[in-house]
Amino acid sequence: MLAAIRPDSVNLPLFLHVLGAMLLVGFLFAVAFAWILGRRSQQRAEGLARFGLKTLLLGVLPSYILMRVGAQWTESEQNYPDEFEATWIDIGYITADIGALLILISAILAGVGLRRGNVRLARIVGVVSVILLAAFLVAVWAMTAKPT
Amino acid sequence: MDLYDWLLFLHVLGAFAAVGALTALWALILGTRGATPLFDPPSTLAFGRVAGILVGVGMMVALAFGIWLAIDLDAYQLWDGWILASLVLWAIGGWAGGQAGKAFESDPVAGRAAGIRYQAINSLAVLVILVLMIWKPGA
Repeated sequence: MLAAIRPDSVNLPLFLHVLGAMLLVGFLFAVAFAWILGRRSQQRAEGLARFGLKTLLLGVLPSYILMRVGAQWTESEQNYPDEFEATWIDIGYITADIGALLILISAILAGVGLRRGNVRLARIVGVVSVILLAAFLVAVWAMTAKPT
Repeated sequence: MDLYDWLLFLHVLGAFAAVGALTALWALILGTRGATPLFDPPSTLAFGRVAGILVGVGMMVALAFGIWLAIDLDAYQLWDGWILASLVLWAIGGWAGGQAGKAFESDPVAGRAAGIRYQAINSLAVLVILVLMIWKPGA
């Protein structure tokens, strides 16, 4: 019911937050699935590794920024009182902050991997993407179910 | 968690699966362009099939739990303008998604342009549904 009573000024930042989160999940899925496909055959591994690394840099990173900026903007527009505490917001921050660290490390690995053509770095990025997908699934649950 | 929380979570989860898989398909389209695509044909087919199925399943889950939510909540009715518009767009998006899959699978080279057009229609429909779900005009 929160959605029905939120101020109108929240709609645009919330839209950007949700859109960014959806794009983020999609690009992470693409990176993870390319890694899974690349494991099946060494012949395909190089092209799929390049796809995964490029998708991380050009898809995952920008969509994470959109999601995170949208989240902060949404929270500021909600005008929560200073003493307001909510477990679901805490879960969102924890997953977003850990996600930021992992995405940053992955982006560095992706940059190095693309320059050197290193398939092993793409595997690490693929594994991290699977972990991030699981973490963001928990975040989606927290944002919708809003546990107290 | 009460029934509303579960319904909303599953509705949003379905939407995330659909939009996420659509996004992955756009990444695939970009990864298979040009003279030296990053994907080989078997990988393209496997990726496209899994993501395509995920779009369909996600859209079905979002629809089913979205209708259940509208029935469960007194604040919304299925015949509200923004919900009806979303249902029409869902049907258009679902049709376009199916056509995109057929175009890509029948001939990945000759059907590519048509597949991209249908994929764009599906994506646009889903994007407008997301706008309607957030703004809920008339609610």
